[in-house]
Amino acid sequence: MKVGVCLKQVPATDTRIRINGAGTGIETGDVKFETNPYDEYAVEAATQLKEQKKATEVVIFTLGEAGAESRIRDALARGADRAVRLDDPAFAGSDSLGKARILAAALKAEDISLVLCGRQAVDTDSSSVPAMIAELLGFAQASWVDKLSVDGGNFSANRAAGSGAREVVTGALPAVVSCDKGLNTPRYASLPNIMAAKKKPIVVKNAAALGIDPASVGAGAALVVETRLTLPPGRPAGRILQGDAATVAAELVSLLRNEAKVI
Amino acid sequence: MSKNILVFCETEAGAPRKSALELLSKGRELAAALGASLSAMVIGAADATTLGSYGATTVYAVSGDASSTEGVVTAVQGAVSASGATVVLASASALARDAFPRLSARIGAGLVVECTDLRVDGGRVVARRPIYAGKALADVEVRSAIALYTTRPNSFPLSASGGAAAAVVAVSPAASAGTTVKLVEVLAPAGATVDLTEAERIVSGGRSLKSKEQFDAVVRPLAASARATPGASRAAVDAGYAGHGDQVGQTGKVVNPTLYIALGISGAIQHLAGMRTSRVIVAVNKDPEAPIFQHASYGIVADLFEVAPALQKEFQKALL
Ligand SMILES: Cc1cc2nc3c(=O)[nH]c(=O)nc-3n(C[C@H](O)[C@H](O)[C@H](O)COP(=O)(O)OP(=O)(O)OC[C@H]3O[C@@H](n4cnc5c(N)ncnc54)[C@H](O)[C@@H]3O)c2cc1C
Ligand SMILES: Nc1ncnc2c1ncn2[C@@H]1O[C@H](COP(=O)(O)O)[C@@H](O)[C@H]1O
Repeated sequence: MKVGVCLKQVPATDTRIRINGAGTGIETGDVKFETNPYDEYAVEAATQLKEQKKATEVVIFTLGEAGAESRIRDALARGADRAVRLDDPAFAGSDSLGKARILAAALKAEDISLVLCGRQAVDTDSSSVPAMIAELLGFAQASWVDKLSVDGGNFSANRAAGSGAREVVTGALPAVVSCDKGLNTPRYASLPNIMAAKKKPIVVKNAAALGIDPASVGAGAALVVETRLTLPPGRPAGRILQGDAATVAAELVSLLRNEAKVI
Repeated sequence: MSKNILVFCETEAGAPRKSALELLSKGRELAAALGASLSAMVIGAADATTLGSYGATTVYAVSGDASSTEGVVTAVQGAVSASGATVVLASASALARDAFPRLSARIGAGLVVECTDLRVDGGRVVARRPIYAGKALADVEVRSAIALYTTRPNSFPLSASGGAAAAVVAVSPAASAGTTVKLVEVLAPAGATVDLTEAERIVSGGRSLKSKEQFDAVVRPLAASARATPGASRAAVDAGYAGHGDQVGQTGKVVNPTLYIALGISGAIQHLAGMRTSRVIVAVNKDPEAPIFQHASYGIVADLFEVAPALQKEFQKALL
C-alpha cells in the first residue's frame, strides 16, 4: 500500500497578518512559513504505518512554489520516502476545488491507496480539499480523525461528529483521511535523518505532466473568489475591575447582567 | 426561473436544531433581498410547524442516512435538484464540514465554509469569513450557478416569522453507488454540556491551573455555575489538565460565544485566534501586562484561585 501525504506550508501561527495595499492578499515579504500543523500529524501517521510495515512507501504531495521545499525536506527527514511538488503558473489562483483537482491528478498518477491530509490548512481554514480529493478520485473519506488503524484493505477511524462527540467508522481503501490533533505526537527529525533526507528525490510536475487541462484550474476556473480582505475590527477598550475577590466577583456578575446583558 | 434558497436543517430527536433556526432567520432576510423563496430540507421526518414559523414555505423531507457521508451528500443533492435551489445554506457542523466539500465537487458548485456574515449586494450574495484563524476577514463571491455556504453557529440572531406550517414535499433520492464507510459506534463527549463550538458561554483555564485536579476543582465547577462549557488553552491540554476536545485556539476549536471567561490564560496569538469573536471577554490574570487584557471587555488582575470561587458563588446566586 502506497501512502500519500498532502502537505502545505502556511504562515507561522504567530504571524501578524498584514493586508496588501490592494486588499487582495497578505504581505508575505517577512512572513516565516511552517508546515501546516495538522499536516504534521499526517506525516507522522504515514511514517508509523511504514514502521508497522503496512505502508510500502510514503510520498509527500505539495502544491506550491519552490520555497516549499524546505518543508518537504523536513517531512522527508521525519520518515517520508520521496516527494512530488506541483508547480505551474496555470495553478495560480486556484480555489479549493482547483487545488483538489491538481492534487487528485498527482495522487492518481502515483497509484496512492491511502491519502492523509490535515483537517484544515490554517491559512485558508477551508477544511475542504481532502473531501474534494476523495470525491474526485471516488475514494472513501473520514474527516477530522484522531485515531486511525489500517488492516489489509480496510481502515477504522474515529472522526468528529456532532456536538463534540466522536464516531468510529470503518471502510475499505482507497480512502482519504484528514488528520486532527490528538492522532499522534509528531516526532522530531534526527540529525542523520536530516542528512539522509537531502538525497531523497523531489520531482516537480506541471499541468502537462499531470495531464491536466490548464483551463480547468487556476484563477480562471475558480468558482469561489475572495474579492476583498480586511482586518477584523478592533475591540473597544475594556475595563479593569478593582477590589478584593468578593467585590470584583459581585461587580463582574452585575456588569455581565446589566451592562453587557449576556447572562 | 424563480430563485430559491434552501436551508439544510439538522435535527435532534426530530426537532430542528437552534443553528438551523438561526439560518432560516438569516435566510428569510436574504430571500427578501434577492426576491427568492425560502425552503428547508431535513433528512428524515419534518417538523413543518416549527420550520414554517421561521419562514420556510416548503420543507423537503428527504429519506436517507444522516450517519454516513454518502447518505448526507446524496440527500442534499436530492433536495437541491427537487427544489431548484441556487443558494444552499447549512450550519458548519461536523456533518456539513464533512459532506459539503464532497457535494461541492460532485455537483460543481462553489462552496464557502464557516461564514460569519452573509449579505446581498447588487443582487449577489457576498459571504464574509475569517481566514488565517480570524486574523483577517475575506469577502467571498461564488461564480457557479449553485452556491453552497456553511455558517458558524451563533452568527445570526433568531427571529421567528410566525408563518404557517411549511408544505412538506417528500424526496427519495436513488441510493448512490458511492463509497461505503460505515458508522460503527458513537463515542459520547466527556461532559454532558453543549459543545464548545456551539456554546453561548465558555469558561477556559490555562497552564496556571497547574494540575488536572485543580482544573477539575476550579474551572469545571465555575463553568457549571455559569451554565458554560469548560475550555482550555493548548498549554493546559498538552499538560494533560484537559482533553484535546477542550482546546480553544488555532489548532483547537474556534468558538463564538456571547461570554468567554479566560482564567490564567496569557492570550497568545494562537489562543486569541480561536476566541477573538466572542461578544464579551473576561480575563482573570495576575499579570497586568498579559496580552489577554488588550482584548478583554472586563479584566481582573488577581490570583485566579481567589477570584474563581467568589465568582462561582455570584453566578450561583445570579442564575438560580
Ligand atoms: C503551531 C502552534 C499552534 C498553537 N495552537 C494553540 C491553540 O490552538 N490554542 C492555544 O491556547 N494555544 C496554542 N498554541 C500555544 C500558544 O502559543 C501558547 O503557548 C498557549 O496558548 C499558552 O497557554 P496559557 O495561556 O495557558 O499559558 P501561559 O502563556 O504560560 O500563560 C499563563 C498565564 O497565567 C497567568 N497566571 C499564572 N498563575 C496565575 C494565577 N494563579 N492566577 C491568575 N493568573 C495566573 C500568567 O500571568 C500567564 O499570563 C499554539 C502554538 C503553536 C506554536
Ligand atoms: N497546496 C496544497 N498542497 C498540498 N496539500 C494541500 C494544499 N492545500 C490543501 N492541502 C491539504 O488539504 C488539507 C486541508 O486544506 P484546506 O482545505 O485548504 O483547509 C491540508 O491540511 C493539506 O493536507
